[in-house]
Amino acid sequence: MNSILLAVIIVVIIGLIVGVVLAVASVLMAVPVDEKAAEIQEQLPGANCGACGFSGCSGYAAALSKGEAELGLCSVGGQAVIDAIAPIIGAEAVASVPKTAVVHCNGNDDNTSKVTRYQGIQSCMAATQLYGGMGECSYGCIGFGDCMAACEYGAIEVCNGVAIVKPDVCRACGKCVKACPKKLITIEPKKERAIVKCSNCDKGALTRKACKVGCIGCMKCVKTCEHDAVKVVNFHAVVDPEKCVGCGKCAEQCPQKIIFMA
Amino acid sequence: MSITQLVGIFLASILTENYILCKFFGICPFLGVSKKLDTALGMSAAVTFVMVLATAVTWPIYTYILVPNEFEYLQTLVFILVIAGLVQLVEIVLRKYMPPLYNALGIYLPLITTNCAVLGITMLVLDKGAEDPAFGYVASLVNALGAGIGFLVAMVMFAGVRERLESCDIPKSLRGLPITLVSASLVACSFLGFSGIVDKLLQ
Repeated sequence: MNSILLAVIIVVIIGLIVGVVLAVASVLMAVPVDEKAAEIQEQLPGANCGACGFSGCSGYAAALSKGEAELGLCSVGGQAVIDAIAPIIGAEAVASVPKTAVVHCNGNDDNTSKVTRYQGIQSCMAATQLYGGMGECSYGCIGFGDCMAACEYGAIEVCNGVAIVKPDVCRACGKCVKACPKKLITIEPKKERAIVKCSNCDKGALTRKACKVGCIGCMKCVKTCEHDAVKVVNFHAVVDPEKCVGCGKCAEQCPQKIIFMA
Repeated sequence: MSITQLVGIFLASILTENYILCKFFGICPFLGVSKKLDTALGMSAAVTFVMVLATAVTWPIYTYILVPNEFEYLQTLVFILVIAGLVQLVEIVLRKYMPPLYNALGIYLPLITTNCAVLGITMLVLDKGAEDPAFGYVASLVNALGAGIGFLVAMVMFAGVRERLESCDIPKSLRGLPITLVSASLVACSFLGFSGIVDKLLQ
């Protein structure tokens, strides 16, 4: 017989046997695919940002379909995603509280000054390695925009040397929070509330020297607040956005004018 | 072939002919799955299983189908076909009966298909058989099992090394793959010490 033909036949027969065995095995040992999870994953935005606390959209979808996760953890998708997923897992759609990132520093070039000249890599992370940055205030925004680079939605801009979040564009994925070497950014619910734009941990006198708009820890806001929402931690005021009702009294009292209403 | 000889083959394939650390086959799973001890064990078990199974199937195919028809040149093609099929089969079985292991192995399980350690063992035992007619089917299977166990030894040792690396203060530029490769080469160096030991042991 033609040896080429025989070679082809041998390979084909071996291939066929392997194929048949595999086909039989896949039928005998079929594993039901979790269709619910696949359906949920289609509805998720696919940003894989990890804001929900799972490894990615597929992880959140799997946890949702098993009932191990709550609705509304996806801050990127927001209400639209909740409404789309709720019927799939047979749950009531919950109202999501939209969130946004907030930069707790207002030390722009008008309010504070630089003490060193930095000529290295234009990155906050790199600049922080060198004596904690160039600014007079060692807790403030560096202004090279690591957060801006991390943001996938263009929601952060560095304006006059300090990062500013646009709440309308922000999807609260939390990437800027991780990118900021000074840990100035937090994720807060988007509602009427007070925002302290300072994170300085030095005592009042030192803070006042470093920045015109630094929190001096005078406790006026703490005394004014009727809802126990403001505390002074590490010599600067911190507002608990959950407790804050947005009355604005602390902002009126603040001698440094560093509490803003949003 | 006597039992002593088989034990010699078995030990030699673990220590002196270690497929990862002496022959440098199968480096991909060696670096990829050795991060944790349990996945390293699972991966080695899967590789050992596939190695023995692949040798068990390819040896008769080669000896009784390819050689009589003078189709030795089809060796690579047919072996890859058979190994791919076997790996698929192992994957189906694992997904059904051991889902945690299936998830832990992830992409590395399909990669056994193209793992040169598996293709290597099936072809190298045939070379040994061609040199020494006494090196038959049983010896080939023992060699394959030894190669798999050798894979396991290397993986488990290295998983231990890597778990200790996790808690070390490594210079930033060396973190991740660089330090892994450096430590892999050191472990490979240490295996050089085994050369000649097995022959002497069984004399």
